[in-house]
Amino acid sequence: MAIKTYLQAISDGLREEMRRDERVFVIGEDVGVYGGAFKVTQGFQAEFGPWRVLDAPLAETAIVGACTGASLMGLRPVAEMQFADFISCAWDHLVTVAAKQHYRTGAALPFVVRCPSGGGFSGGPFHSQNPESSFAHIPGLKLVCPATPEDAKGLLVEAIRDPNPVLYFEHKHLYRRIKGEVPDTDYTTPFGKARVHRAGSDLTIVTWGAMVYTADEAATAVASKDGTSAEVIDLRTIIPWDREAVLASVARTGKLLVLHEDTRTAGFGAEIAATVGEESFEYLDAPVVRVAAPDTPVPFSPPLEKAFIPQVDDVVQAIERLAAY
Amino acid sequence: MAIAREAAPVGSLAEARGGGLDRIDLVELYRLMLVTRGIEERGHMLFRQGKIPGSFYTGRGNEAAAVGVGFAMGIDDIGAPTQRDMGVHVARGTEPWRIFAQYMGRVDGPTAGRDGNVHMAELRLGLIAMVSHLPAMVPVATGCALAFRIRGEARVALGWSGDGSTSRSDWHEALNFAGVRRLPVVFIVDNNQFAYSTPNHLEFATKHIADRAAGYGFEGVVVDGTDVLAVHREARAAIEKARAGDGPTLLELVTLRGEGHAVHDDAFYVPRGLHDAWAPSDPLERYRAWLKANLDGFGDDEDARLREEVKALLVDALRRAEQSPLPDPATLGDGVWASPEDLDTPHHR
Repeated sequence: MAIKTYLQAISDGLREEMRRDERVFVIGEDVGVYGGAFKVTQGFQAEFGPWRVLDAPLAETAIVGACTGASLMGLRPVAEMQFADFISCAWDHLVTVAAKQHYRTGAALPFVVRCPSGGGFSGGPFHSQNPESSFAHIPGLKLVCPATPEDAKGLLVEAIRDPNPVLYFEHKHLYRRIKGEVPDTDYTTPFGKARVHRAGSDLTIVTWGAMVYTADEAATAVASKDGTSAEVIDLRTIIPWDREAVLASVARTGKLLVLHEDTRTAGFGAEIAATVGEESFEYLDAPVVRVAAPDTPVPFSPPLEKAFIPQVDDVVQAIERLAAY
Repeated sequence: MAIAREAAPVGSLAEARGGGLDRIDLVELYRLMLVTRGIEERGHMLFRQGKIPGSFYTGRGNEAAAVGVGFAMGIDDIGAPTQRDMGVHVARGTEPWRIFAQYMGRVDGPTAGRDGNVHMAELRLGLIAMVSHLPAMVPVATGCALAFRIRGEARVALGWSGDGSTSRSDWHEALNFAGVRRLPVVFIVDNNQFAYSTPNHLEFATKHIADRAAGYGFEGVVVDGTDVLAVHREARAAIEKARAGDGPTLLELVTLRGEGHAVHDDAFYVPRGLHDAWAPSDPLERYRAWLKANLDGFGDDEDARLREEVKALLVDALRRAEQSPLPDPATLGDGVWASPEDLDTPHHR
């Protein structure tokens, strides 16, 4: 065990899997000589050579299309979108080809697309988005959103070994801000198993990615204020998602708050709220509350961006409303 | 201004033999074209009989282009053909009865009813199933070639598209990437002159599509796509060049689409006289005439015998396909996700 940043954990997971499995290779814009825009693959080209760490042309469809072809031929590609926002350029390929190929033909496509996502540092409308929900509607793609360094490594290794296309959303705001214990061993973190980030009994907060920490801070604030005990569940993966863990927690607490950094309408929180409404109506003591970004593009200027991304105060207020219901 | 090389036709038997084709091969090319057209003609009838759901597409006029390239591929090569390239599936060994089963949405089609038409392929035969969004599989072919390059394998990938789909950005991205990395890939464009109703001059401003290859740093070749021997010779040369590490080639195979975009389309927009002008270039008629004129001993008897054999094959195939059951609705959800066992294949081990 060692204390590592979230970014270092991603880098370690990828490097260790490349050492273990020579089929794994990295492709993306500026991932080679430069080591990636965020330095996740720093030093990789020196260790693995230019044909396992490929600087691709600025062409997201060529990159993801190459992953489809190379994975069909038995390799384990890991692509990097320089920013998750740029995955829109590869949307057609992911949705049209990659997501449907196994259903249509039985051919597995074991590849990963790493997507540095999220806001909080004035990245503006094109360097701050959280596009996971828009892919959640596409059968055939797995979606991973780690919150902790340990999960960042374990979920990445799991993603590389998974026989399906996996979109791995790594939150940029966690890269160097979050540190934690990371095992040095070869381990994986299974998909579809939520993590209780903070145990509680009065209400359940379901969230993922950077919002896990926002939820935790809000839970700490209300606990010290009036003793309200909020449980924080970190979903870890959006597809598949751990329905059982959410339903079991709601069955205990009777109240649900869904929190995400992506915009509100048709965000994945809506799916969680609908599922709880369908499956756990009898357990609910209050209407489900959603806290999410408003339905706007991600703005650039700091006061606007702060108003866009759910803040600790927003969550505190939502918890108080829900607790008082 | 044309930049691409315009390939000469194949004339004599000696030239064909020089391209590595012996008598058995030359007759086999003809048989494969007969099977290809026969499958699609029967498919058309099945559609009219209401036995094929959805719509129906053929590659009439493209038989020589498809068979010529498919026959030139090496056993370990991989390709992703389009809906005009039934001949590639036939040349690679897809069984006709499974193609009819695919047409009719039966469980024994290569997609087991998950998809229809020529949206099928068997990976074990070195083929990847297309999607409707042409040329979406061209970047996939480039990715296959990248895998071969990374592993140092002497294998070649082939990516097909039509004339219309060369307008799209993914075609450009794939060719550019392949050119930059000199990948072992051959790009085939079936230029049948019409993208649905849109003619070539509204799709691209160069004289030939193959002229664009110069912009990607590799050779473009324009080939008469109705001349199976010329197609085979150029495809083989391009494939072997890629295999030798000398990078990609763009082959533009020019034909005229023999029917509408699909069965519902009478192609009224094709200028009057164009079909008449191309009639002497019917790939099958043309090659049959060539065989009779050039191949010793190939006459009406052998032709009739081959046609009877193909007819019997297809009659039997259709009978077998009609015995294949329709899929059980209870299996609707199966296969959305690959399982670890799916990686237990020769490709993935």
